[in-house]
Amino acid sequence: MIFLQLFYVFSKIGIFNFGGGYAMLSLIQDEVVNKHHWLSVNEFTDIVAVSQSTPGPIGINCATYTGYTAVIHAGYPTWAAVLGAILASLSVIWLPFILMVSISKFLIKHSKAKFVNDIFGTLRPAIVGLLLAAALMLMSKENFGSPSESPFVFILSVVIFLFAFVGTRLYKIHPILMILLCGLAGLLIY
Amino acid sequence: MSIYTEIFVTFAKIGSFTLGGGYAMVQMMEREVVDNKHWLSREEFLDTLVVAQSTPGLFAIDMASHVGLKLKGVKGGIVGALATALPSIVAILLIAIFFQAFKGNIYVEKIFMGVRPCVVALILTPCFSMAKKAKLNKRNWWIPIVCALLIVAFGVSPIWCILAAGVGGFIYGQVTK
Repeated sequence: MIFLQLFYVFSKIGIFNFGGGYAMLSLIQDEVVNKHHWLSVNEFTDIVAVSQSTPGPIGINCATYTGYTAVIHAGYPTWAAVLGAILASLSVIWLPFILMVSISKFLIKHSKAKFVNDIFGTLRPAIVGLLLAAALMLMSKENFGSPSESPFVFILSVVIFLFAFVGTRLYKIHPILMILLCGLAGLLIY
Repeated sequence: MSIYTEIFVTFAKIGSFTLGGGYAMVQMMEREVVDNKHWLSREEFLDTLVVAQSTPGLFAIDMASHVGLKLKGVKGGIVGALATALPSIVAILLIAIFFQAFKGNIYVEKIFMGVRPCVVALILTPCFSMAKKAKLNKRNWWIPIVCALLIVAFGVSPIWCILAAGVGGFIYGQVTK
């Protein structure tokens, strides 16, 4: 049952998402691409690009898009897919909301406590690792082309990648502007 | 305007104008919640930031529920959380419908061939700024490497890495007390 699966998977993604935004990408990728095959690697990368250029938290964006696409892929009509999208989005929210209500007071009171600092002292580096994993797993044939089959696409992809990395990291070019530039490059060159 | 409507309008506005999500909206929320509406003092706002960072869930939604919660209890929290999520759900739905229709369009495909490597770079970039925030040093630099390796090379679920890191930190803290 696709709706139950969506509810379960996105509730799980919501509750294990510490640090927000990009940190949850490897989690979403693991569930949505690797385990359930709701999206292809390409579709996942595309939705990250779309999320960057649309309003709202990236986790909600991914949930909405995945909910819609997964239900369509399962052969349901559009109205059911819209329901699937809303279901997936709300699934990300509800458990953290309940936790937030109960934990927030406790954490405000104990935010200086040693054990809280201990836990977050290792949790934060781990989240950097999650982020690294998300980037590494997307360095694939689907996103960059293969050096043997399509050397032109591969080399150009690597150039775009380096350009985008240097541009956003060193020259602080806004991510949305960067996506537009690279999209324009793709349109003109390919 | 009732307080619920006010909460809803404020957070729907914040949700609509936050591109890229997460931390991008902190500034906007501070201006609305602290300067314009005086719902929280600046100190309270900072406390909320810390809590939102240390609880699971989407940062923006956490912030909104917390502010709503403070103003009007659980009902206010629900209104805040839903209002923040609503604009992005609507926007992505429209895009998803558009995407299914334009899939296989040669120009759309060309654009995304250029965009995909760019996205990979965009995900890698915050790695470095977050490494600074996570206070990586001689003793803990291996944690992100091991996590990434477990996930990429051995297919371990990121959930286990998060759990292991949290529990590991707690135990380490107890042992070195």
